[in-house]
Amino acid sequence: MMTTSMKRRDVLLKALGAGAGLAGLSGCVARVDRDSGAVSVVGAMNAIGKPDVARVLVVGGGYGGATAAKYVRLLSQYKIEVVLVEPDAAFVSCPMSNLVLGGGRTIADVTRPYATLEKQHGVRVVRDMISSVDATQRIAVLASGGEIRYDKLILSPGVEMMWTEITNLRAASQQGRVLQAWKAGPETTALRRQIETMPDGGVFAIAIPEAPYRCPPGPYERACIVANYFKAAKPRSKVLILDANEDVTSKGPLFKKVWSESYKGILEYRPQHKATGVDAATGTIKFEIQEDVRAAVLNVLPPMRAGAIAVQTGLANSNARWCNVNWLNFESTAARHIHVIGDSIQIAALMPKSGHMANSHAKVTAAAIVAELSGWDPDPAPMLTNTCYSFVDDKRTVHIASVHAYSEDEKTFKPVPGAGGLSPAPNEQEASYAWSWARSIWADALA
Amino acid sequence: MKRAARIVAAAAALSGVATFAGAQDAAALRARSLVATCAACHGTDGHAMPSAAVPGLSGMPAAYIVEQMKAFRSGARAGTVMPQLAKGYSDAQIEQLAETLAKAGAAKP
Repeated sequence: MMTTSMKRRDVLLKALGAGAGLAGLSGCVARVDRDSGAVSVVGAMNAIGKPDVARVLVVGGGYGGATAAKYVRLLSQYKIEVVLVEPDAAFVSCPMSNLVLGGGRTIADVTRPYATLEKQHGVRVVRDMISSVDATQRIAVLASGGEIRYDKLILSPGVEMMWTEITNLRAASQQGRVLQAWKAGPETTALRRQIETMPDGGVFAIAIPEAPYRCPPGPYERACIVANYFKAAKPRSKVLILDANEDVTSKGPLFKKVWSESYKGILEYRPQHKATGVDAATGTIKFEIQEDVRAAVLNVLPPMRAGAIAVQTGLANSNARWCNVNWLNFESTAARHIHVIGDSIQIAALMPKSGHMANSHAKVTAAAIVAELSGWDPDPAPMLTNTCYSFVDDKRTVHIASVHAYSEDEKTFKPVPGAGGLSPAPNEQEASYAWSWARSIWADALA
Repeated sequence: MKRAARIVAAAAALSGVATFAGAQDAAALRARSLVATCAACHGTDGHAMPSAAVPGLSGMPAAYIVEQMKAFRSGARAGTVMPQLAKGYSDAQIEQLAETLAKAGAAKP
């Protein structure tokens, strides 16, 4: 039986340069000729009420995008076609990746393949990037030159570093002299190498930008992991935290207790230190107010904003940094049919920029899109959860958890009063829970 | 596409995974979305990873899920994250979660 959607699928597959089948598109160069009419068998406007002829394009395969791709397939009972565009060959988790810096884990331990999304769920994974979006025509242009037409676009591009906020940082980063490793991958391994080869007696300095930034507790966890490594392997070395914020932005009392109890004399915390420049040649960080700081290994995190494609598409309408969305379906307030999820959005009150939160955004968005394309109203009372574990050494963790409910009156998500909370103290039991969480959420997004 | 969906459903049935297949309506979609708020830790549709530190919820008796969620919420049952998360759900939501998970079928072998 040749349905309209199958016809279109065949045409598109041909256009994408693949022979047949759902899998195996990864690495292909997608070439859809706009003039040939190849992808216009079904007009983008015709999909409402006909989910089996609709296409959702997901951009970015992190915690948000991978989850969104899977859940649009799942919740539409495999009716809606999903294309995921992601430049990397595999999913590398930022959560847990700080452990690589301590030497206890490798980047392979936090890496998972995209192949399961294709094989188990029929998501087409296209290894590429989107260079531009025509929001009116609903066409996304691939960096390789092809075009993909969509009914709904889900952008989950993560964060972009605002390099110009810190003088010389971009060049120092490109030269591999001052790394960020704020997107897990080769940079994480490179930073580990710097820490590992640093002579004993050196200083590892991490500079934290003003909130909001990706993963609020991440820099403090990283400082703990490096301090724990120094304690065992380089006992004369020090960790210096230079924080642009007034105080620790997440899990503050828990981290401070660990610093005073476990890392006294090894780790120093300096609040209200806003980095403004680096000098890679001398290993110097410059600040708005205070004296320069020199260190053997510099890990300078600049301020962050929505991923480049979101900014470029004109969606970063909150302070030119983050994307405002309608909370019932995460549709951009700047463009119809484009949904923005994960770290790129202007957060609601007490909503962290975390992997788990991006996973939660993705599910609400997927359900709302499936509802709309099925001709139904979106869920009027969506819920979001967040659980975030931070390691304080190689054996103990602390968590923060929260539940967020949509408020019809205020048209935003609000933390449910009385829900959520923190670990009372660092503990080993939750370290095993942290790994259980990681493996589960990776499977929830990908498998 | 329909054929693809059937193949997926058949493959899932063979592996013992409940599919939430069958007629879907807006209410079923919302119920499944509520269950999805548990999935990051308890697995997609309540099918936990074999090595998970937390139980799979799919196929658990509804009454048991309701009882345990309320025990977490009241503090009668201790825990780390669950007592904090359970307080975020209303009675109606807990009941809907429990009904949907109970109907979702047996846990993964």
